[in-house]
Amino acid sequence: MKLLGGSWVKKYNSMEHKEESLFVKSIPYLDKYGILILIAIMLLVLHLLQPEVFFSWRNITNIFKQISWQAMLALGVFMVIVTAGIDLSVGSILMLSLMALAISSKAGLPWQIVILVAPAVGLVCGMINGLGITILRMPHPFIMTLGTLYIFRGVGNLISGGVPIGGFADQIRAIGNGKIKLEWLYGEGAAQYIPSSLILIIIIYFIFWVFLNQTRIGKWIYAIGGNPQAARTAGINVNRILVIVYALCGFLSGIGALILAGRTGSAYPNAGLQSELDAIAAVIIGGASFFGGRGTVLGVFAGVFIMGLLRNGLNLMNVSVFWQQVLIGSIIILAVYIDVLRRQFGTRR
Amino acid sequence: MNASTFNEVILEAKNVSKFFGTITALKDANLSLRPGEVLGVVGDNGAGKSTLMKVLSGLYNPSEGSIYFEGKEVFFSSPRDSQDLGIEMVYQDLSLAENLPIGDNIFLGREPTRSFGPIKFLDHKKRKQFTEEHLAKLKINVKSADQKVEELSGGQRQAVAIARATAFDAKIVIMDEPTAALAVKEVGMVLDLIIGLKNLGVGVIVISHRMDDIFSVSDRVMALFQGANFAESLLKETSRDEVVGWIMGKKI
Repeated sequence: MKLLGGSWVKKYNSMEHKEESLFVKSIPYLDKYGILILIAIMLLVLHLLQPEVFFSWRNITNIFKQISWQAMLALGVFMVIVTAGIDLSVGSILMLSLMALAISSKAGLPWQIVILVAPAVGLVCGMINGLGITILRMPHPFIMTLGTLYIFRGVGNLISGGVPIGGFADQIRAIGNGKIKLEWLYGEGAAQYIPSSLILIIIIYFIFWVFLNQTRIGKWIYAIGGNPQAARTAGINVNRILVIVYALCGFLSGIGALILAGRTGSAYPNAGLQSELDAIAAVIIGGASFFGGRGTVLGVFAGVFIMGLLRNGLNLMNVSVFWQQVLIGSIIILAVYIDVLRRQFGTRR
Repeated sequence: MNASTFNEVILEAKNVSKFFGTITALKDANLSLRPGEVLGVVGDNGAGKSTLMKVLSGLYNPSEGSIYFEGKEVFFSSPRDSQDLGIEMVYQDLSLAENLPIGDNIFLGREPTRSFGPIKFLDHKKRKQFTEEHLAKLKINVKSADQKVEELSGGQRQAVAIARATAFDAKIVIMDEPTAALAVKEVGMVLDLIIGLKNLGVGVIVISHRMDDIFSVSDRVMALFQGANFAESLLKETSRDEVVGWIMGKKI
C-alpha cells in the first residue's frame, strides 16, 4: 500500500536527551538486573557469615527442596498477576489436592492413578475460580478467590475428617523426595545428589517460559494485563484466556501438592496455610507488576529463591522467625517501590 | 465525485438499535458505505456514533436490527469476525496494550506463527520484519518496532493504532475521532492517510467533531441525534452551517 506523502517524525530524540540524573538513568538497569545483584549480595553475605555451612552441597540442595512446592504456587500466581488478577486460593487448592491424593492413595488406587489426582483436582479448582470470575462476573478476582480460599480448605477438611492422612507409595514420594545421586561424578558412595524436585522445577519453569513467551496465548495473557480492552478489540476472547490462566494456576498448585506429599509423607489440615501470601510476595519481589502486564518467569524464580535464601540464612544464624517476617515484608515494599519509580520515569503520560 | 463511482454498497446497517439496560444508545439507525467512499459521521456527545461503530466492528452485538456485508447478512460474535471480513476499526481510546511493543500491538490476535509439530510458536522474525515494512510504508517514524507503546508520544500511538487497522488489507476502516488528540501537523498526516485509503478503494468511516476534517475528506456526511439518524447528504450538497445545525438537532 502506498499511503502517505508526509512523515510522522516526532521531536522524539530532542525530548529524550533531556538532562537526567544518574539515578534515573540507572532505573531500567536496576529493573532488569537488580534482582540478580540482590541475589549475588545475599549469597556473598551468607557465605561470609556462615563460611562452613552455607555453600555446602547439603545446605544448597536443602534450600531448593524447601522452595520446590512454593515455586509451583508462585508460578501459578504469577500468571494470574500478569493478567492484573489475583489468586488467594492457591494454598487451599494445594491442601485440597493433597487431601484428595492421600485419600485416593489410602483407598488403594494404583500409584499411576494417585499421581494424577492432585494435579487434576488442582486444575478443577482453578477452573472453578476462572469460571466464577468470568461467568458470575465477580467485581474482582480477589472476591472469588477469597471465597474459594475458605471453600477449598473446608472441603479438604470435610473429605479428610480434619486429620492427617499418611502412607504414600514410594513412586509418589519420589517426586518431592527423590535423589539423583552423583556417584558417577564424585565417586562410589558419594553423598552429593540433585533433588528430583529441583529437576521438576526446572522442567516446569521452562515449559511455562515457552508458553508465556513463545505462544499466542502467552502473548495474549500479557496483553490482557496491559489493557483488556485492547485485547477485546483485537478479537481475543478475554474470558476464555482468564479461565485458562486460573485453571493452570490451580494445576500448578496441584503439582505443588504432589511435591509436598513427597517431602512430608503425609497430608495434613494446615498444609499450604498462608502460602498464597508467600507466593504473591515471591512474585512481587521477582519484579512482576501488581498492576498486570509485566514480569518474567525467571524473575519469579528469583523471587522464590530470595525468600528461600532469606529463611535459610536466618535459620542458620538462629535468627528468630519473627525477624524473617519483618525482613520479607520490608523486601516486598522495597521491590514495589522500585516498580513505582520505574513506572514514574519509564513511561510517558 | 459522481454517483457512479460508488455502485455496490459494501457495508450496510439496517434499523440497528442498542440498549444498555434501560438506556437506549441507538434507535433504528441506518448506515451504508461503498468501496472507495469516505463517510463522515457527526453528532453531539452521546448521539450514538461510537456505539454504532462498535456494532459494525463486532465489539457490541446489536439489540435489534441487522448488518449486511457485500449484500449478505452477517453476525459478529467478536471483533475477530469483522476483521476476518476486512473491517478494521481505530478506537477513540486507541485500544493499545501499552506494555507491549509496537509490533505485538499491530499483530495482536493475529500473530504470525511457525508450526513445530502440533504446537504453534510465535514467529518473532516475521512479525518484526513485517512491522518494519508496514511502518515504513506508512512513513511512521519510530526508533524500532520493538519499542513499547508506553514510550511513544500521543501522535505516534495514534499512528500505531492506524497501522494496526491497515496492516491486513482492510476493505473498510472505521476511525473514531482519529484526530482528537493530535497536533496540527499530525492531523494533516491522518487526513492524507484517509485519502490514501480511499484511493485504494477502501471504504472509510470517520467520526469527528472537527468540521475541517469532515469537509476535507468526506464524500458524504451523516448526522446522528439522540441515537437515531437525523440527516444525511452528499458533502457537495451541504454546508458547514447546515451540518453544525444537525449536530445540535436543528434542520434549516
